[in-house]
Amino acid sequence: MDGILQSYLPLVVFVGVAAIIGVVLLIAPFIVAYQQPDPEKLSAYECGFNAFDDARMKFDVRFYLVAILFIIFDLEVAFLFPWAVAFGKLGATGFWSMMVFLGVLTVGFAYEWKKGALEWD
Amino acid sequence: MSFQAAGYSLTPALPELVLTVSAMVLLMLGAFRGEKITGLVTALAVAMLVVTGLVVLWLPAGKLTTFGGSFIVDDFARFLKVLALTGSAVALILSRGFLEEPSRRIFEYAILIMLSTVGMMILISAADLITLYLGLELMSLALYVVASSHRDDAKSTEAGLKYFVLGALSSGMLLYGASLIYGFTGTVSFAGIAAAAKEPTTGLVFGLVFLLAGLCFKISAVPFHMWTPDVYEGAPTPVTAFFASAPKVAALAVFTRVALTAFPGITSQWQQIVVFVAIASMVLGSFAAIGQKNIKRLMAYSSIGHMGFALVGLAAGTQEGAQGVLVYIAIYVAMTLGTFSVILAMKRNGQPVETISDFAGLSRTNPLLAFFLAMLLFSLAGIPPLAGFFAKFYVFLAAIKAGLFTLAVIGVVASVIGAFYYLTIIKVMYFDEPKGAVDPVRTELRTVLAVAGGFNMLFFIYPAPLITAATAAAKSLF
Repeated sequence: MDGILQSYLPLVVFVGVAAIIGVVLLIAPFIVAYQQPDPEKLSAYECGFNAFDDARMKFDVRFYLVAILFIIFDLEVAFLFPWAVAFGKLGATGFWSMMVFLGVLTVGFAYEWKKGALEWD
Repeated sequence: MSFQAAGYSLTPALPELVLTVSAMVLLMLGAFRGEKITGLVTALAVAMLVVTGLVVLWLPAGKLTTFGGSFIVDDFARFLKVLALTGSAVALILSRGFLEEPSRRIFEYAILIMLSTVGMMILISAADLITLYLGLELMSLALYVVASSHRDDAKSTEAGLKYFVLGALSSGMLLYGASLIYGFTGTVSFAGIAAAAKEPTTGLVFGLVFLLAGLCFKISAVPFHMWTPDVYEGAPTPVTAFFASAPKVAALAVFTRVALTAFPGITSQWQQIVVFVAIASMVLGSFAAIGQKNIKRLMAYSSIGHMGFALVGLAAGTQEGAQGVLVYIAIYVAMTLGTFSVILAMKRNGQPVETISDFAGLSRTNPLLAFFLAMLLFSLAGIPPLAGFFAKFYVFLAAIKAGLFTLAVIGVVASVIGAFYYLTIIKVMYFDEPKGAVDPVRTELRTVLAVAGGFNMLFFIYPAPLITAATAAAKSLF
């Protein structure tokens, strides 16, 4: 039991060192940095002209929807690649398993299409 | 290599397949026909839940396994699957009134409940950690969405979000525990873990604690209960009725199966945890409910307390204990769904009323409703000869036979304290001045109330079918 915990000692040392470096880097600027703020330095940086408005703005919720729908098909492709590479060895079971998976995905796709999730306006 | 010979027969998973395929067909029906078809989709969903229950009963008898031994159908799974399907079907019937309002015609509601039920069935049949996680997530993801199905309402959205964030946290803990268990035993299958886990090593106990913490979250046992009152209060009432019934069955089932089949070698380790969780849940459930004004919040604390009582049976760690858990959860589902059908029926001028003072004088405005609610509350309090008394009787008996006297005594004391707030509601109904008549009760609510109330009152005359089924189910775990 002690042997197991002992083998984690390097990990504890590593976490400790990482924590110290992190904290030091956060504190150091307060001590060593020059501090001469002026409005130009403090404003948000935009190339060549003054900032138009606040950086925290409302973000259209439809972007999230597109992102979520993207992830589904991204994962589908990630799943299809290894299947395609090993296709020769999988046989009928492998083929039909993937067809069932694609069938389920198609049902979801048909649903989101009918619901209008793919239309921007 | 043939599909069947490799241990991948699809027959044991037939009920899940039937339910999944019908959920997808109904989804397409709803997507192409639009919201006007909500009533039909809900009715068909109830029908398919019933059909699935029949398929569960139709499966060949004995112990069936498939998917390389990671999916198991035994009497324990059959009993609980039928119970979970009944809970879901009744919860769907209870939501008919909710779905009829034009602004809430969401056909996805029934489909989400079906998919959540598929998750529960996988959870009940899980024989390894991966199937367990798969079932748990399928069940929970649908529940998060259902909790916020009243999406224009701030409370409902808050309930969904809170449930999601805390549920994700609990899944993380569960996965951490599962990976530790896998690391220290070298296998994910419950049978393999049982063979490897003879000695309580540090890593294994660590994993066990995290796994059980994740499962405690799902059955809302103290100290992982914080989400329950807010989610129960915020979610639409039919959804709360659903949350309090079927998911609890599935989570308690997997809790029992994991403890008894994966860790029989280190029973004394998990027994300590279960005893603590049971005591904490029973005591908090009894005390915290006393000050509640909202009936749904009160039911949340009541459900926390009841999970504590059910865990008393599991703490015994014996076959009798498992039987006690099964009897308890079956009776608990009947009592809860009956009580929620009354809460749903409490409407004045079309507006639902939820505070306890709204029940004032119900015995004069609607005597039958008041009588049934009083009987259900007496049953929840565990007063003989109602069903709730027998539920408590079996778990306490198992605990005493296993030598857990302190636990049994604390349980009885907590049950007496808990009786206070149930009796308060009865007092408000029978002795306070009426607050005006309630609306006529819808037929489906009346039917559910009659069946659940009748079961509660008449259980003592003919308890044999339930007890026999629970005995057979508990035997299949040992």
